[in-house]
Formats: sequence, C-alpha cells, structure tokens
Amino acid sequence: MGSITLKQVRKAFGDVEVIPGVDLQINDGEFVVFVGPSGCGKSTLLRLIAGLEDVSSGQILIDGQDMTQAAPSRRKLAMVFQSYALYPHMSVRKNIAFPLKMAGMDAAQQEARVKHAAGILNLTDYLDRRPGQLSGGQRQRVAIGRAIVREPSAFLFDEPLSNLDAALRVNMRVEISELHKKLATTMVYVTHDQVEAMTMADKIVVLRAGRVEQVGSPLELYRTPANRFVAGFIGSPNMNFIEGEPAARLGAHAIGVRPEHFAMSTTEGLLAGTVGVAEHLGSDTFLHIDLDNGSHIVARAAGEFPVHHGDRIFLTPQEGRVYRFDQNGLAL
Amino acid sequence: MATQHQRTLARFMVAPSVLLLLGWMIVPLAMTLWFSFQSYNLLSPGMEQFIGFTNYRYFLSDPAFWQAMANTLLIVGGVLVITVGGGILLALLLDQPIRGQGMVRILMIAPFFIMPTVSALVWKNMFMNPVNGLFAWMAKAVGAQPIDFLAQYPLMSIILIVAWQWLPFATLILLTAMQSLDSEQMEAAEMDGAGAWAKFTHLVLPHLSRAITVVILIETIFLLSVFAEILVTTNGGPGYASTNLTYLVYSQALLQYDVGGASAGGIIAVILANIVAIFLMRMIGKTLE
Amino acid sequence: MARRVSETRRWTFTILAWLVALAIFFPILWTILTSFKSEADAIASPPKFLFFDWTTENYAEVQSRSPYFRHFMNSVIISVGSTLLGLLIAIPAAWSMAFQPAKRTKDLLMWMLSTKMMPAAGVLIPMYLMFRSFGLLDTRIGITVVLMLINLPIITWMLYTYFREIPGEILEAARMDGASLSKEIIHVLTPMAVPGIASTLLLNVILAWNEAFWTLNLTTSKAAPLTTFIASYSSPEGLFYAKLSAASTMAIAPILILGWFSQKQLVRGLTFGAVK
Repeated sequence: MGSITLKQVRKAFGDVEVIPGVDLQINDGEFVVFVGPSGCGKSTLLRLIAGLEDVSSGQILIDGQDMTQAAPSRRKLAMVFQSYALYPHMSVRKNIAFPLKMAGMDAAQQEARVKHAAGILNLTDYLDRRPGQLSGGQRQRVAIGRAIVREPSAFLFDEPLSNLDAALRVNMRVEISELHKKLATTMVYVTHDQVEAMTMADKIVVLRAGRVEQVGSPLELYRTPANRFVAGFIGSPNMNFIEGEPAARLGAHAIGVRPEHFAMSTTEGLLAGTVGVAEHLGSDTFLHIDLDNGSHIVARAAGEFPVHHGDRIFLTPQEGRVYRFDQNGLAL
Repeated sequence: MATQHQRTLARFMVAPSVLLLLGWMIVPLAMTLWFSFQSYNLLSPGMEQFIGFTNYRYFLSDPAFWQAMANTLLIVGGVLVITVGGGILLALLLDQPIRGQGMVRILMIAPFFIMPTVSALVWKNMFMNPVNGLFAWMAKAVGAQPIDFLAQYPLMSIILIVAWQWLPFATLILLTAMQSLDSEQMEAAEMDGAGAWAKFTHLVLPHLSRAITVVILIETIFLLSVFAEILVTTNGGPGYASTNLTYLVYSQALLQYDVGGASAGGIIAVILANIVAIFLMRMIGKTLE
Repeated sequence: MARRVSETRRWTFTILAWLVALAIFFPILWTILTSFKSEADAIASPPKFLFFDWTTENYAEVQSRSPYFRHFMNSVIISVGSTLLGLLIAIPAAWSMAFQPAKRTKDLLMWMLSTKMMPAAGVLIPMYLMFRSFGLLDTRIGITVVLMLINLPIITWMLYTYFREIPGEILEAARMDGASLSKEIIHVLTPMAVPGIASTLLLNVILAWNEAFWTLNLTTSKAAPLTTFIASYSSPEGLFYAKLSAASTMAIAPILILGWFSQKQLVRGLTFGAVK
C-alpha cells in the first residue's frame, strides 16, 4: 500500500511562503511526477512528504494515517537524492544494507535482500567497491538499490537524473520506468525536465510558485492544458503564442499552436513569414520563422523539408489544434 | 532547512562553547577594567582604593607607553611586510617545476613548528651573539666588526626572528592559493600577449588577494601579542627599545607588581586590538563571502 | 630546442629553491648539529660543520641536570588535554552550526574568532590573580583549561569548515533510512568527519605545544611545559651552546615530526577553508 494525501499543506520559511496550500491525492501504485521551473517549490513539497521539513500547516496522510508530525524514518518512505547521497566510507553492499541494519534485520536476511536488489539493478559485480570508484550511472543505481531493499510504501525521487549526461539519462529513465512496472510501488518523482515528466508519469502535477497549476495524465495535459503556463511548459519545442490580430479574429487574447500542428506551404497559407534558422535533424526539421506581423515562432516540418535561410513560407494551423487563452492566460 | 526539533537541539549544542567564550571574554576583562581604576599594588596589600583615571593618565604620559605602542605596530607591520612579500616570492619560486619539491616544502615549513622560546634562544645565542655567534664569525671572516644585534638593533632583531617563524606559514598558504590558479586563464593571458609581469599583476596578485587577507588576519592575531621572543632575548631592552604593549603590561604587573597601572595598560591594549580587529574583520568579511 | 631551454630553467629553479629552503632550515639544522658537539667544538672559530667528535653526552647531561622528561610529559598532557577538551565542546557546536545554520551563524563564528584577537595582556592580571587565589598557579589543570579556551575559536572554526564539506543530503538520507540521531552520528557523520577531526586535533596540539605566553606566565616548575623549561636556559646556561642545543632539539623534535606529517592539513585548517 502506498497512497499519499496532502490536505491544505502549507510551508513558509520565515515570512516567505513557498507552498501556499496544496491539496493532492496520490494513489497506490501510481507514478506521479512533480514538474515545474526551478524554484517552483516541487522539491520542498517532496521534502515535506519525506518529513525532512516541517509543514507550517495542513496534513499529510500516508495510507490513510496522519503522518504530519512523524519523523522521516517512521513514514516507510524511501528517497533517492539528486546527489545520490551515498555513504562514501561504506562499500556498495553496506550502503544498500544500511536501512536494513538500521531496522535491526539479521545479517543473513540483509544479505539476501541486498543480493536480490543488486541482481535487479545489475550491481552484483560492484558490491565490494566504494561509491568513489563507481560511475555516475552506477552510483545512481546504488542509491535506488538502497531505496528498494526496504520495500517502502512509496519511493521519492528528487531530480535523480540531473547529474547524469544526456545518453545515460535516457537509459536510466527507461530503467526507472521498468522498475516501476516490476515493483508496482507508488513513486513520486521531482524533475524540471518536462520530457522526463511526459515519458514516465501516470500523473503529472505542474507546479508554479508553490501552486498546483494542473494535475492530469501526460496526454490530458498535452491535449487540454488549463492555462497558458501549462500549455507552454508541456511539449517540446514549446507551444507558439500569437497575440493581436490573428488571436482577436478567434475571439481570444492569445492563441497557441504547437510546432507540430502547422500545415506548411511555400505558396499560400494563413500566416506568412521568413525562415530564419532551419535545423535539419534528419527525422524532423525545426524552422525558426519570423512572421510578417513581428512574432517569432517555431514550426516542425518533415525531415527533408527543402527550405533554407531567407525563404518565404506560409503556415496554416491545423483544424482543432488551436488553443485560445483569455487576458489572464486561462484556456477558453 | 530542517525541522523545529533539530533547530532547538542545534541551539542547545552551540551554547556551551558560546557561554565559555563569553565568560572567558567578559569576566577577566571586567576585572581588568575594575583594577584599572584602582590604586592596587601587590607589594602593599589592603591599600587598594579608587583613583579614577589616574592610572590611565600615568600610563599615557609615560614615554615608555608610547614607545611600546610604536614597537607593537612596528613588529606587526614589519613582520607582515617581510612574510607577505617574501612569501609571495618564495611561493612563485616553489610554483616552478622543481626537483624534490616535497622535500623543499618540508624544509621550508619547519620553522613554523619551532616553539618561540627555542627559536629566540637559538637566534640569540648561536647566531646573533657578538662573540660566538655565527654572524659574528661571518663578519670577522670578511674583516668587518661584529654587530651586537640585540644591543644595537633590538627591535629589528626581534622582527627578524619572528619573521623567520612566520615566513613558512605565509609561503605555504600563498603557494596553495597560487596552485589553484586556473592554468587556462594563464594561457588565455599569454594568447592575449601578456608578459610575465603583466600576468603577475593582473592575474596572480588578484587571485592571491584572498590568501593574503587570510595570512594578514591570522598573523596579526598572533603578532599583536608577541611575548616569548622578547622575554628570552632582550627583556624589552635596552631601555624600552624592544618593549611592546604585551611585554610592558607583563613587566608592570609581574615585575613591578603595579596591578592598577598594568590593568590600565591592558585596557589600552584591548582598545588598540579592537581598532585593528574591526578593520581586519571588515576586510576578511568581504573577502571570505 | 625548446625542451633544452626548459631543462636549464628547471635546474636553475631547482637549485635556487633548494638554496633558499636550506637557508631557512639552517638554524634548525645547526641546532641539531651543535647538540652533538662538545662545548669547545660548539663555539669553535671557524665553526665546525660536520667534522667534529660526535657525542651524545649533552643529551645525557640535560637529562640528568633537569627533569626534562617531566617537562616533556607536562607538554604532552597540556597540549593533548586542552585539545581533547576543546574538541569535546567544539564538535557539537560545529556540527549544529554546519548543518543547522541560523541567520546569525556567520556572525557568531566571526565573534568567536574576534575573541582570539583580544590581547592576552588585557586579561593577564585577573587571570594571574584568579589563578593565585584558586591555587591554580603552576598546575596542569589550570594551564590546560586556559589553553583550551584560547584555542576554542580556532578548533570550532576548523571543525565547522570540515563539517560543512559533508553534504547535508547524506545525513538526510540516513534519516530517511531510519537512523536515529545517535545512529546518524555514529554510523554516518563520525566516519566522514574523522579526517577533519584528526587534522584539527593535530594542529591544535602543535599550537598548544608551542604556546608561550600563558605557559610562561602561569607555570614555573611543577606544571611547566617545555616552553617554560627552555626559557630557563635564557641565562646563563644559554652560553653552553651544546647543552642548549640538546635541550632545544628534544623540545622541538616531537612537534616537528608531527608537523611534517600534517603540513597539508595545516594550510586548509588554519585558513578556515578559505584557501584550497
């Protein structure tokens, strides 16, 4: 079991309110991602759940029990830190066994669990090394190993991949997703990277300035963003926003179109512009276009779309793929 | 960034050291202040009485005090100039590719570990002695008249002895700082056409400013109260030529038993140190951020 | 071509550096050499560098004429004792300042350091009188406490810089892993802090060993450490160079060796981590 419920959770550091009051339901077995720009309070929210910070007011329930005041060790949660936080003076084996040792488990049982976890994470050959002798990806796996041996009711991940290089990040992303499928334990995962959020989450919680902007599955957020912030944050490259005359024609303050939702032509279309930079990636071509009305947009074209710097181009947003926003940025 | 419980515990754990230091600072200082307004001589017990600022007046009008004050500043200033200047030169030298650098470092750092009484005695007798000292022999060897260092140039001799003890410390810290200078930065400067001198003034010196501040701060703390070197070599003499404030207070109190007068001197020393300290703390506060 | 130039350069600097290093080290070397000479050889003119009759009689004589060993033990007890006492008080303080910093932590550290700037002369008299009335003059316990107090700011600050380098996340990880505060300190913090504590200990033993204001003023014979013992050679024994050298060599040898072992930590420790 591993359901987590936040009721009006508020956190202030002195006079500064970081989390103004959050209600959230995390169901058992769910993979929930907190995503938002840096400083949005996502890590603080995770640390509140972990018990590493006191809540200023509100309640945290874990499996229906009030854990608001409980010490971190009593919440049956495991955490994987951004810096891995491995104990440098202990071998990999001892690192993974540490929570079991703290729980007073007997040595044979500890060893069995460590072996099992090491098997899952491909760490069997490294058990006697020190963390300092491991690569970034291996350290990350040790940190995860230390979390899974406890069989916690939920895992907390605090930007676990941000210290890895790009290729490794993709691998680990897949490994963590597979681990979730295998263990079917609740995972709460904090990241600033919307790609990680989209690819891993069952449920994404978009945060800005401590407030929950929207909660939903990746595709819900992609299809029906509640406001301009979520629309701009989810999806890569970012959604284009056009204000002024074209928006007014649709009865909105601003309209948004994703780069992948334009029909492109060199002869005719709704919006006219000039190609600035054309990024040919092979599979796709991203065009940076200066529209005649002064706005700058990015559009995705097919892989071998034959345009170059300075070419004239015409764009037409696809039917039903235009998002309209009012003065306050809310979706219409 | 933590829970309330931990914060309370933390305050509780800082308390002993803060209270101890507070007591160590306030109790004796208050007593010194009290004594400084008393006529109090250990040779005539029971005769203590309040005499206002007389001790201060006496102390401030005593030419020995002003000389001690000047000597204190001369010792601090002189040693700082020698050790920082010499330290930079030595650090530059040691920063070059040298064979046996480890051994060179070990030889150079050694004087820092020598207790002040030993170094003062060794210098006084075996080097600066006008009859049997090595310097005297060297002078005679080139046909010159041996110099009686401690009689003729007492303050300078003490500055030299103290500087010898502190030069290794300055060198080692400046060398460590110098080695952390980014070599790409130096290469970039070379590509930009900077010569050796330009590299030194524009890159090395600014990079060292933090280390130099640290050296000045730590040395000043210790140099303001140089004592053993004076006690062992010159006893502050001849006259008051090598007496600093610390030594003056010591001789007033424990050699002349004038507790009142010595206390007034002590308070003046504290005020002087505070002026220097405020100045230094400003400086260090800025660089250590 | 370029290679040969750098090779000459290398040798020039090597020779220069060795000359300077030997010059700086010379007084110590000379003291050690003289300690093995007869008194006549010690003041011979021209001086004898290596070719003299080596003898250890000075050491025997210093030992027999004065209780060198007692002063040595006093030095050990006072310097190690004051350092251990200081660590006992400073470790909890440094721990909480490093891991639970408050708004005023930096100011508090600055203030601690500033107490170190208070000239000893300012408090010499009350300390002397208090020591006299409590019967602490010339006792090991008295001088140990004083040395602990004067080194406490440095001990605290050094530990603080070492502790601060231990990432806080590791302690949080231990907390998440179910460690109580005491287990957190025993299993995680202490092993990681041991190198820092060790070098703090080493350095403060050196500082306390060489401290020569309070030891000279508050001890005379019974509790006198080596600093005071050597000062008694000021006159007239100072004229017996060989014996003076033997006594000096014995006084500095232990700490010189300790110091050479800890020279790397010395820089980091004494600069409060400001110079890496």
